[in-house]
Amino acid sequence: MATAELRERGALPNPDVRSYEDVNRDVLRVLSRPGKGWWILFGIAGAGVALFLGSWFYQIYQGIGVSGLNAPVGWGVYITTFVFWVGIAHSGTLISAILFLFRAPWRQAIYRAAEAMTVFAVMTAGLFPLIHVGRVWHAYWLIPYPNSRFLWPNFRSPLVWDVFAITTYFTVSAVFFYLGTIPDLAAARDKAKGLRRKFYQLASMGWRGTDREWHHFSKAYIYLAALATPLVLSVHSVVSWDFAMAIVPGWHTTIFAPYFVAGAIFSGVALVITLAVPMRKYFGLEDYLTVKHFEAMAKLCLLTSSIVLYAYLTEYFLAWYSGEPPERGSFWNRVFGHYWWANWIMLTCNGLVPLMLWFKRVRRSIAALFAISIFINIGMWFERFVIIVTSLSHEYEPWAWGLYRPSYVEMGILIGSFAWFGFWFLLFTRLLPPVAIAEMKEVIPPPMRRRKEGAR
Amino acid sequence: MISPRRQDQLGVFALFEHLDSTIEACKALRKAGFRKFRAYAPLPEHHLLEEGLGHRQSPVRVFTLAGALTGAATGFAFTTWTSMDWPLITGGKPVFSIPAYVVIAFELAILFGALATVIGLFINAGLPNFRRPVGYHPECSNGSFGIRVTAPASRAAAAKEILDGFGPSELRDDNQVDSDD
Repeated sequence: MATAELRERGALPNPDVRSYEDVNRDVLRVLSRPGKGWWILFGIAGAGVALFLGSWFYQIYQGIGVSGLNAPVGWGVYITTFVFWVGIAHSGTLISAILFLFRAPWRQAIYRAAEAMTVFAVMTAGLFPLIHVGRVWHAYWLIPYPNSRFLWPNFRSPLVWDVFAITTYFTVSAVFFYLGTIPDLAAARDKAKGLRRKFYQLASMGWRGTDREWHHFSKAYIYLAALATPLVLSVHSVVSWDFAMAIVPGWHTTIFAPYFVAGAIFSGVALVITLAVPMRKYFGLEDYLTVKHFEAMAKLCLLTSSIVLYAYLTEYFLAWYSGEPPERGSFWNRVFGHYWWANWIMLTCNGLVPLMLWFKRVRRSIAALFAISIFINIGMWFERFVIIVTSLSHEYEPWAWGLYRPSYVEMGILIGSFAWFGFWFLLFTRLLPPVAIAEMKEVIPPPMRRRKEGAR
Repeated sequence: MISPRRQDQLGVFALFEHLDSTIEACKALRKAGFRKFRAYAPLPEHHLLEEGLGHRQSPVRVFTLAGALTGAATGFAFTTWTSMDWPLITGGKPVFSIPAYVVIAFELAILFGALATVIGLFINAGLPNFRRPVGYHPECSNGSFGIRVTAPASRAAAAKEILDGFGPSELRDDNQVDSDD
């Protein structure tokens, strides 16, 4: 309260939102009747989900042979897309938990959408190991359960760590997301009628906003944020160890964990921008998602892009400096080999295009940020493709080298995964308040009877 | 927990538009010796919670700590026990590989800690709470603050007078008492 009250009006992140009632009115209006545009998008997403499920069922029926996976490239588009979506998830938790602990005043308006994105991205990512294993009905073997022979998973395997990391991440981010929406669902309930009211009453668990509820809620929220912060850093580290623990040239480096975490936040913030731009326009949330918010996210992109570019260059340098022929060969192959185009897409989209963000004019232009964020999304998918496919296609012995070409089934599942994600995100914008109502009120000067004179 | 309706207790509800008058009213109520009152707010307002209501630390933190420690211990114990249960050397690594088990212990510490925090919140905040809300005003999730006092019949008038002194936009008696009181 004190900081918000003392700060000048122009310095507030949302100068045009003046009262608590404004927030309820503007945010809850989003939940009213959907427009035509929403239904069109929802229809496209539904068709994409059909493509996704159709491709997957075809693969289950025909067998994993319909994918392009074969020796030596056993990990292809499925694992690439898995890492891509897990990475996307990270920025949501960064914005909701890490920036919460750092008290960044711009996070309030954007964090609900970012957190929803996290939950749906992990939901999407979690399907890919199941798709990738082929015989999905055996997927439960990943889970440690007492079977008839008392055989347990090998806990020294990074793939088992991954199962624990991803399930923990999904559970904790879903809980964190849901908990944050409870007071806002109560606000939606108080405005709604009929069946919707019943739904919101149930979903808000009968929240009333009493001092007792708020007191424990705000403390619990801090502890959850404190737990989610190390979690978000650990999850992509564990994902990176899926690769770094294996002695494949191009994978077996200690830089992988920080490099993957930076890349994850980079791609996630880019997707937040991609989603927030149309959302603010379509739902008329311009007073909430202001240029200031986009500039702050652009700065995050710039920082993480620099880390990622630095990591790329370090990898090249260390491959050369190591003097190891397979390591040198692997990186030479990345830049000039069969998949040179993927590598150059990655370097251009992740290293060069974001350099434009050094300019304040670009950071403050919504259109430019939207375009750059799409480049980053593409570049980050190709980064994982380059790491996974080119490294596997070019290991130690020349007779064991080989190429991989994604099949139509794999492409269908890749495209369908975006639709699956979009499907959930569109539902979210209809059912849950897409801007955190209660938290927005924390950055608005509270209604005071006696304004302190001369206070700045 | 449904407590029987207590005939000798009366409820007074006041709705305030301003935060400072809400805080002042809470302080005045506490000074006058009223203990059974609660405030409604549309946001977690620390001044109201701490200055006005005198809330201090929340016991939720004990749940968080206990959950996280249980998770870490479970992670270590489970991985150790399963590898000792069938000692099989893979990849030339020791059967009891501490660094590998740290990952599992860490993830389970976070998982159990987070779930315990939620359980702690539900227990302490009394959620879910589907009983018919007594003395709730829908404006309290919008832009206003509310105070509800429960007092013996002899003192209800005094409470009402205190609340009236801080300029409420609405002031009413509601003579129902629920188990939150």
